[in-house]
Amino acid sequence: MSAARGGAGDVRSADHVTGMTPQDEEILLRIAASPHVHSPHSTPRIMWTVTATLVPLVAAAAWWFGPSALLVIGAATAGAVLTERLFGRRGALGDGSAAITGILLGLILPAGFPMWMAFVGGAFGIGFGKLIFGGLGQNVFNPALLGRAFLQAAFPTAITTWPADTASWWALRGDNFAWPLMSPETADLVTAATPLGAWKFEGVETQLADLLIGRTGGSLGETSGLLILALGVFLALKKYLDWRIPASILATVALFSGLLHLLDPVRYAGPMFMLFSGGLMIGAVYMATDMVTSPVTPRGAWIYGIGIGLLVVLIRVWGGLPEGVMYAILLMNAMVPFINRATQPRVFGHERKQREAAA
Amino acid sequence: MLSDLLRSDTFRHGVHPPERKSYTESVRIRRMPFPDEIVLPLRQHAGRPAIPLVRPGERVERADKVGEADGFISVPIHASAAGRVRDVTLWPHPDGSMAESVVIEVDRWSPQLPRPRIVAQWEGLEPEQVVREVQKAGVVGLGGAAFPTHVKLLPPKDTPVHTLIVNGAECEPYLTTDHRTMVEYPERVQFGIRIMMKALGVEKAIIGVEKNKPDAIETLRATLPSDLDVSVLPLTVKYPQGAEKMLIEVVTGREVPTGKLPMHVGVVVQNVGSIACIAEIFETGQPLIERVVTVTGPGVRRPSNLLVPVGTKLRDVLEFCEGLTDDASQIVFGGPMMGSATPDLDTPLIKGTTGVVVLTESEARPRQVHPCIHCGRCLESCPVFLNPSLLGSLAQAGRYGEMEESNLMDCMLCGSCSYVCPSHIPLSQMFALGKNMLRRQKAKENAA
Repeated sequence: MSAARGGAGDVRSADHVTGMTPQDEEILLRIAASPHVHSPHSTPRIMWTVTATLVPLVAAAAWWFGPSALLVIGAATAGAVLTERLFGRRGALGDGSAAITGILLGLILPAGFPMWMAFVGGAFGIGFGKLIFGGLGQNVFNPALLGRAFLQAAFPTAITTWPADTASWWALRGDNFAWPLMSPETADLVTAATPLGAWKFEGVETQLADLLIGRTGGSLGETSGLLILALGVFLALKKYLDWRIPASILATVALFSGLLHLLDPVRYAGPMFMLFSGGLMIGAVYMATDMVTSPVTPRGAWIYGIGIGLLVVLIRVWGGLPEGVMYAILLMNAMVPFINRATQPRVFGHERKQREAAA
Repeated sequence: MLSDLLRSDTFRHGVHPPERKSYTESVRIRRMPFPDEIVLPLRQHAGRPAIPLVRPGERVERADKVGEADGFISVPIHASAAGRVRDVTLWPHPDGSMAESVVIEVDRWSPQLPRPRIVAQWEGLEPEQVVREVQKAGVVGLGGAAFPTHVKLLPPKDTPVHTLIVNGAECEPYLTTDHRTMVEYPERVQFGIRIMMKALGVEKAIIGVEKNKPDAIETLRATLPSDLDVSVLPLTVKYPQGAEKMLIEVVTGREVPTGKLPMHVGVVVQNVGSIACIAEIFETGQPLIERVVTVTGPGVRRPSNLLVPVGTKLRDVLEFCEGLTDDASQIVFGGPMMGSATPDLDTPLIKGTTGVVVLTESEARPRQVHPCIHCGRCLESCPVFLNPSLLGSLAQAGRYGEMEESNLMDCMLCGSCSYVCPSHIPLSQMFALGKNMLRRQKAKENAA
């Protein structure tokens, strides 16, 4: 008898088949439930492709913010991956979702952020944002954003310290190597406002060209608006993200802020500024589209996106914070179970709900 | 009419598995020689199994009845070759179970001619008589579900039928059974349509064929009868276009209400193979004792379309196709989307066997299951608009009652959700189990 191919659990021997194989050897046949063919997609392939698209963003962050960018992103990723390894399912690292969380968290932190804090953020995001719910697929909130929300609450100063451009690319943009449990040294640090901060607190609007390519202050990965948009289009074409979500977020923000701008151009910034400043682009393309924490129904995706767009403008214009993308997405994450339930499509051959009520 | 202009030539959702029909789509149907032994399960159709009429040792001629229909939703079974009954015993069935079967040792020296018989003249028959002839011949749906054909020919008086839909979609990958039937026997198909239209009393018949069979569409169009309203409707290539409900929606624009039959929207759907089979009854008097089967896939040396005596064992069919390749790893009865895999080469091919697909490791290998990431691909594939993601999590928790509330019973187990799931969750397998559990529960409640 020849050796079984692959695993043995589902293989049964089909006895001698005369003349079927050259040496009259026995063959082993698999049995399994239908369907017996499968599309080429797989969850690890989706996750690792998304991870691969983050590489250009990390490169852009390094270009604008120097070695500090790599240190912060590396620390956050290490925190996320290590936590998944220690407390997650066996082999869960292979699906790539922890790496995405870590890199995304790093990309929404400032360049001068201490590495130990980034590490804690990554660990918190995976531990309390994902594993506590039961691991991949079970969590309610985007783990990277939850990690950042935790850091915002724990280290409000460090996370809003936006270093100014330094003369040398090699210079660190802050006290990345601060000792664990120690606050970073900020005495000699030159800071600069983010575009949203400058607009909100000083009434200064940043040049659009700078916003598009990322020559502004802000979190590591959020500045290169055009690059993020291009990566988003790529992922949408590959169907690795639901295009409806970024489309509805961006359209809502553009419409809402455009309307306000028309009413009072001095008080309210224009739609292009709103679209390309702050974390809106990376939020709309990478955070809001997290499959686990966004609605499964196409109609639900529109509602979810519009909700995020409205909240972003509300917080930016009337809220106490200059930026509201993180809280807008987290709030709508919480709404997802309700959106899913309310937007179930009508089952084939069933009456519409309203008609049932009327009848 | 406006509604005609707006009408799409496909349904919404569905999936696009690779078609892989090129193995056999232009291969002529060959008649397979009689094997040494044939196995005729008494359950080859939906409904009650047939009752055996023969005993071990008895001599049967070709086309003799060996099993009698048990009631109206049942059909008789006929010997597909002359010989001696060896046994009536439990035998492996294509669905994976064991079924009571008549085993016949084929007489090698018999000319395999049927007994002299009277062929019914269809023109003079009342619809009820046509229905009786069709049942007598043991005809079932040859598209795979094997529902007794005559039952569909007798609509209740309160649901008038206006259109006959002929199903030539053949949306399962690999299979070319219906395709070759349409290309090689178009006159027989047209004759069968004529008889069915008379029996049903309908004015209109539409043949639905997926656009990946241009030669079938052309041949059927060239042979359309001039005195009847029969037309060919080319359909978009998409799985499961050949599912009855999907086909009806495309042709009529109407959805069959849940739990209702196609008659409810005034249509009857029949597979082209069944229609050709009905034509045969009124041409030669031959009951359903042989059928066209596609034997194909990367694991078969010589992919073929065969005219196979019902009851021929898988082993004989594969040997006739020059055997398996070295990397063959799975044998599927039916198409790869809904068919069942068998490990036993003694399993017979039955009336409902549309094809035998032999897959290799590259397609049939087991895949690692990951957690559901709620990507929504299954929702966008489900042709009946269920939420497989939700149903799957309920199934894992064994919450079958809640699955029923989420319309599990509307699932037709087409496998589209499992096909697209990137986490390789065996959704349709879980749904088949769920439906079975619910049915068993219902039966228990009724018994109590």
